Parts: sequence; C-alpha cells; structure tokens
Amino acid sequence: MMEHIPLNFPFLAAALLAGVAFYIIIFKRNLIKLIMGIAMLASAVNLFLVALGYRAGGNAPIYTDVPPGPMVLPVPQALTLTSIVINVAVLALMLTMVVHIYRHTGDIDSEKSRKLKG
Amino acid sequence: MRKVIGLVLLIVVVAFLVYGTVALIHPFGYPPSDMDDYIIENAQEETGSNNVVASVVFDYRGLDTLGEATILFTAVTGVLLLLRTLKRKEDGS
Amino acid sequence: MLSKIVRTVANQLILFILIFGLYVIVHGHITPGGGFQGGAVIVSGVVMLLVAFSSKELKKSLHERLLSVMESTGALIFAILGFAGIGTVFFYNFLVGSPIFGRIPASGPNPGDIWTGGVIPLMNLAVGLKVVAGLSAVVLAMALFSSGEEMEE
Repeated sequence: MMEHIPLNFPFLAAALLAGVAFYIIIFKRNLIKLIMGIAMLASAVNLFLVALGYRAGGNAPIYTDVPPGPMVLPVPQALTLTSIVINVAVLALMLTMVVHIYRHTGDIDSEKSRKLKG
Repeated sequence: MRKVIGLVLLIVVVAFLVYGTVALIHPFGYPPSDMDDYIIENAQEETGSNNVVASVVFDYRGLDTLGEATILFTAVTGVLLLLRTLKRKEDGS
Repeated sequence: MLSKIVRTVANQLILFILIFGLYVIVHGHITPGGGFQGGAVIVSGVVMLLVAFSSKELKKSLHERLLSVMESTGALIFAILGFAGIGTVFFYNFLVGSPIFGRIPASGPNPGDIWTGGVIPLMNLAVGLKVVAGLSAVVLAMALFSSGEEMEE
C-alpha cells in the first residue's frame, strides 16, 4: 500500500517531462519535431492533473459495486477528459497546416520558410 | 546569442517547476477537498446517476462540455476546409 | 487493398468493435466510459477498415454528406437538451423524477440500473454521434489526400 510517497514523485515526473518538452520547443527547428514537443507538453499537463486528485488508498469514484473506503476526487478527472479531446483536435489542425507550408515553400525548416512570399 | 537566452530561460523555468512540485505543493495523497466532498455525497440524489465523473462532466460542469464540443466542431471544419483547397490550387483552375 | 485473409477478418471484426463501442457509450452513467471514450473506440474500428480496404473503396460507403449530417445532428441535440431546462437554469437536469430516465438509485454501493440518470444518457448519445462523425471525416480526408484525390462536394 502506498502510505506516504517521499518527494512527491508523480509531480516531479510531470515537471521533468515538461522540462524536456520545453527544450524541444525552444531548440529544434524541424516543424514535425516542434509538433511532437507540443504533444509531449500536453501529456505532461494531463499527468499532473490526474495526479493532483489522488487520495491515499482510494477507489474509483463510481458507485456501482464499489469496495468500501474513501473515493478519489472526481473533478480533476473531468478536466483531464476535456483537455485530451482539445489536444487531439488542435494537433490535427496543426498537422494540416504543416502540409500546407510544405506545399507552398518546399521545406519544413522554421528558419528558412519565414518570409511571406507573394 | 539566441541560444544563450534560450538556455537561461530554460534553466529558470525548469528550476521553478522542480522547486514548486517538491516544496510548494500539498503532499501526494492528501489533497484539500471541500467541493469534492460535497459532490461525492450528493451526486446520487441530485443527478440520479451512479457515475460521479459523468455527472460532473455533464451536469455540474455542463457548460465546459458545450465549449469543448464547439472546439471539436471547429477543428474538424478547419481540417476539411484546408485539405480541400490544396488540390484545386495545384491544377491551376 | 490488402490480401483476401485480411479483408475477410476485418469484415467479421467490425461488428464486434461496433457493439463494444455502443456498449461503452450507452452504459456511460453506470460504468466508467461515456460519449468521448465510446466514440474513440468506434473510430478505431473505422481506421481498421480504412487500412484493410483502400480509401477509394471506403469513400463509396461513407459519403461526406452522411457524416456532415450526423455531426450536426449530434451538436443540435446537445444544445436543445441544454435549453430544455431553461425554466430554472441553463443545463438543468429536468428529467430526474419523471418516467423517462428518472429513477433515483439507492444510496451507497449498489448494482447499477440503466433507467436512472436523468438527461445524462441522452447527452452521452449526442456526444458519441458527434465524435464518431467528426473524427472519421478527418481520418478519411487525410487518407484521400495522401493518395492523390479529394473529397467530393
């Protein structure tokens, strides 16, 4: 049983994942790698939200045949559901825009395709 | 020059995040829970469903779900619009 | 288009995936699940059909007009269910206590009953319809684009 986890390990894991995602977004120039970095940042935020609502020794917040004991908080799980759906939609839109940029300028380097051509 | 500024910003942000999750946050497993205690107690009588998460998503916070359905609709419309005009521009018509 | 064995197995498997996805959507107020999760299961079945048959074959069955009507119907039903309880507040659960979906379950742990839940099962069905139509349209458009055609009007 997880009585007392030292050093808040799940929160630390979410923070390190966000750190790696920030490194990718700042330092990489290929557009596909940028999109992967944004998806990794979304995963870090979802992990952090779910870990916020955990109660030690708790069960799932559903009353159908639940074993006795305390229940985990339900509101962060609802926020994570919304966040996952929104991330999927925005990721699809970003990928089609990258396809457009490739057809229009010919390469997907974010330094070379900067100026708006006529 | 740009790489140096980027490196300094990255170190500042990661240090703040690690410090915040180790020292400034509640211990893992014992969250403050006033609103959620009320929801767990009264969700079965007020909404009539066994699934507390579904009643939070569709009843207590239904307006957020309406906004999310709108975002899904807008993103699907945008993708279908962008993938349609590409082929016609190549034909030159 | 893949070989004969893959096409036959995909034809048989799509029925079970559809039934499982509908089970997850309809039992959204008793077990874990709901509209978004069940919709994602059904879309993964559609992607399996897209891989087994080519996208040109699938375009003959899934017209774009059918998908567009399905998505708009789902969004419209969701908005109407929000406005129907406008006497008290916006998004009021007005079906608790009435004979359609209005039983109240016993407090504490209990085996689930389908006819509970108020307006939540109807909202689950609307959101499931919207997610299925929207995400399959996106997947079909991307597959058609990468093989050199475009969707018709």
